[in-house]
Amino acid sequence: MRHWPRAVLAAALASFLALASAADAAQPPPGASSCSGCHGTVPNGTPIPVLRGRPAHDIAGLMREFRSGARPATVMGSIAKGFNDRDIDAISQWVVGQGQ
Amino acid sequence: MRKHLSARRRTLLKLTAAAALAPTVVRAQGAAKVVVVGGGFGGAVCARTLKTMAPAIGVTLVEPNKTYTACPFSNEVIAGLRELKQQEFSYEAIARNGVTVAATTATAVDSAAKIVTLGDGSKLSYDRLVIAPGIDLDWKALPGYDEAAAEKMPHAWKAGPQTALLRRQLEAMEDGGVVVISVPAAPYRCPPAPYERASQIAWYLKAKKPRSKVLLLDAKDSFSQQRLFQAAWTKLYPGMIEWVPLSQGGNVTSVDPATRTFNTDFDKHKADVANVVPPQKAAAIAQTAGVADRTGWCPVSSIAFESELQPSIHVLGDAALMGAMPKAAFSANAQGKACAAAIVDLLAGRTPAEPRLVSACYNLAAPDYGFSIVGVYRPEKGQFLEVPGAGGTSPIDGDSALRAQEARYAEAGFRVLTAETFG
Ligand SMILES: Cc1cc2nc3c(=O)[nH]c(=O)nc-3n(C[C@H](O)[C@H](O)[C@H](O)COP(=O)(O)OP(=O)(O)OC[C@H]3O[C@@H](n4cnc5c(N)ncnc54)[C@H](O)[C@@H]3O)c2cc1C
Ligand code: HEC
Repeated sequence: MRHWPRAVLAAALASFLALASAADAAQPPPGASSCSGCHGTVPNGTPIPVLRGRPAHDIAGLMREFRSGARPATVMGSIAKGFNDRDIDAISQWVVGQGQ
Repeated sequence: MRKHLSARRRTLLKLTAAAALAPTVVRAQGAAKVVVVGGGFGGAVCARTLKTMAPAIGVTLVEPNKTYTACPFSNEVIAGLRELKQQEFSYEAIARNGVTVAATTATAVDSAAKIVTLGDGSKLSYDRLVIAPGIDLDWKALPGYDEAAAEKMPHAWKAGPQTALLRRQLEAMEDGGVVVISVPAAPYRCPPAPYERASQIAWYLKAKKPRSKVLLLDAKDSFSQQRLFQAAWTKLYPGMIEWVPLSQGGNVTSVDPATRTFNTDFDKHKADVANVVPPQKAAAIAQTAGVADRTGWCPVSSIAFESELQPSIHVLGDAALMGAMPKAAFSANAQGKACAAAIVDLLAGRTPAEPRLVSACYNLAAPDYGFSIVGVYRPEKGQFLEVPGAGGTSPIDGDSALRAQEARYAEAGFRVLTAETFG
């Protein structure tokens, strides 16, 4: 029986890591999971554009324009002002790959 | 991986692991169980997100109704602009995602043993419990107003038969009638919704019964997006909507359903159609589970929405005290997703990151006249507070093209939000 604990430990650790890394892959940066409340992830004919699948750096650029007011908006100006550059880059990365 | 192990080895593995390792590891072996009570905007999206993020977690959604009837856009149903059917969503897609849907009520929670009892007597054990049951109307708070009274003076604050009843009463009203809406003190579900409702009713009356009036009796002296609403009323419905604030005797102290009368501090108002928005509290299961405090609402931590009163229980949506975040479907949805992420972290033994949440609320003063309020929230001194400099409302001087555009965005937002929540 002496070999059990080690095998057990390895097995448990392996599935622990599997879960942890699966979770990491899907773990959104703070703020990012709110975006999909308005932006669908598949084209559905609504006037709010889909972000998924677009270049992250385009999204980040648009967010900065919303934040500075350079780009007129109904709600995005007020939303973008809640995030700094680092947030914006992380969120943009995440939303373009969302649901994959 | 466990597929390759014999049953005996599996049992041994479990037992030995339980003895040798921290319990988080045992749970992380795919046996972790999360029960979500309440399949509304908060609970349903939390269950779905959990399953998507970490398929190994066993997720059960407990919800007695086969279809969910959404409140956002139910004011448009009252005005005859939509049908109640368009407010209905099923749990089938959520079940297809791998969430076990238990179509019954949760009746009790044993937080020490981590067990939820269901309406059919069966019991579910959990590692983490999410309670997202929405509100109950407080039938004891307003003298004269109880469940029988609501058949005469509908609340229509839970969408469904009450929404249809209020619409029928409006349709049956003679031209020249007075519609009275009473509004409670905060907090209550969806702060701007009584004023959106007054607008929608005025829209119907202007078209069908133009000599009629809407009277709002308010227990507050100001309200969400007040200037936007009042500008809309002046423009769209001049002279039709009267708002009586607290300081001018707006506080309703009792009602008489037999005569459809609202009694205020100084006055009596007899209505032709009477809509009572009653005082509210977290739904019964929150009280039973011991997660609600003396205010009737549930205090939670702002990192993972964990109850401050009971361990391993998270509370979301309208039932919880969320600092500055309004009780809204959009808030509940954002909280549901962030809570799912936090639970995945906690089950894996990690500390959840500080969430940042966006809430938005659209109002339609007419089918082509929309405006909005948004806020970005983060934990600050244990509460959700607005990020300074962010958030805001539509401009007060917006032109009709902007209002029409926001009306379209409102509709789009509802479609996306319900698709994300219910599939
Ligand atoms: C007229 C009106 C208009 C509104 N308009 C908007 C809007 O435009 N935008 C917006 O964002 N919000 C709006 N809201 C607010 C929105 O409806 C709520 O904030 C939202 O529904 C809260 O979600 P929730 O998940 O906390 O609760 P709910 O959506 O109420 O869901 C709770 C669920 O829990 C279930 N439940 C309760 N007890 C138990 C139990 N013991 N066991 C199992 N299940 C249980 C219930 O059956 C229910 O399905 C409006 C509300 C009203 C009244
Ligand atoms: C309340 C609904 C809502 C939420 C939440 C929301 N958006 Fe938006 N988004 C809009 C609307 C509406 C527009 C159109 C511009 C405007 O009027 O604000 C838009 C436009 C955009 C655009 C420009 C797209 C283009 O091609 O022009 C980007 C980029 C964007 N949003 C990113 C985000 C990100 C990132 C988040 C999450 C942090 C987010 N949005 C959250 C409603 C929303």
